[in-house]
Amino acid sequence: MTLLITQQVDARGLSCPMPIVKTAQAMKSISSGSLLEVLATDPGSVKDFEAWSRTTGNELVERSVEGAVYRFVLRRK
Amino acid sequence: MVEPLNLILFSGTDDKLQAAAVLTAGAAAVGTPVNVFLQYWALDAFRADRIERDHGLAPEAGPQGRALVDSLRFAGQASWSDTFRQAKELGGIDIQACSLSMDLLHIQQTDLDPLVDGVEGITAFHINAGDGQVVFI
Repeated sequence: MTLLITQQVDARGLSCPMPIVKTAQAMKSISSGSLLEVLATDPGSVKDFEAWSRTTGNELVERSVEGAVYRFVLRRK
Repeated sequence: MVEPLNLILFSGTDDKLQAAAVLTAGAAAVGTPVNVFLQYWALDAFRADRIERDHGLAPEAGPQGRALVDSLRFAGQASWSDTFRQAKELGGIDIQACSLSMDLLHIQQTDLDPLVDGVEGITAFHINAGDGQVVFI
């Protein structure tokens, strides 16, 4: 199934906590139920995105890693 | 209501201010309000004409620590002031200057970077801190 991504955040090359900060900012600009795709290279982002999703209630729909790039898809609460 | 995270910033070196900015941004990203209270050398670093300057590192960094911090900066790490600015865009961040330190360092509010929201005394800080954690950096 192909997910319909509303917005993308390119956080590649950004260090902690910027991938999460950029994501939190972008999340405010999309509507409830829409999907946000994030690309990051910070290894800490794996646990950060899990925890952020759990705390904020924005569901982590998909995650994958390709080489050194982590990809997360989140659905706005 | 979520209890706020309360940071007292005392040290004015770039590494400690960076650590404080990261703590602030991380809390802001999960919707935790953050009260930042600026004292002494941290307050001095928030002067509008000095905020972008090199403020050095804590003594324990040494030359090797300097090289590591520089390499992270060259790799594109946001400065501590930029990190604070981005955190403030998320909302819930209040940065106050300690009135005693303002007197001590002869600083007027107009001398401070717009990141600073106002000036208050320690009593206001404690009351606003509520039951939230207080961290001294």
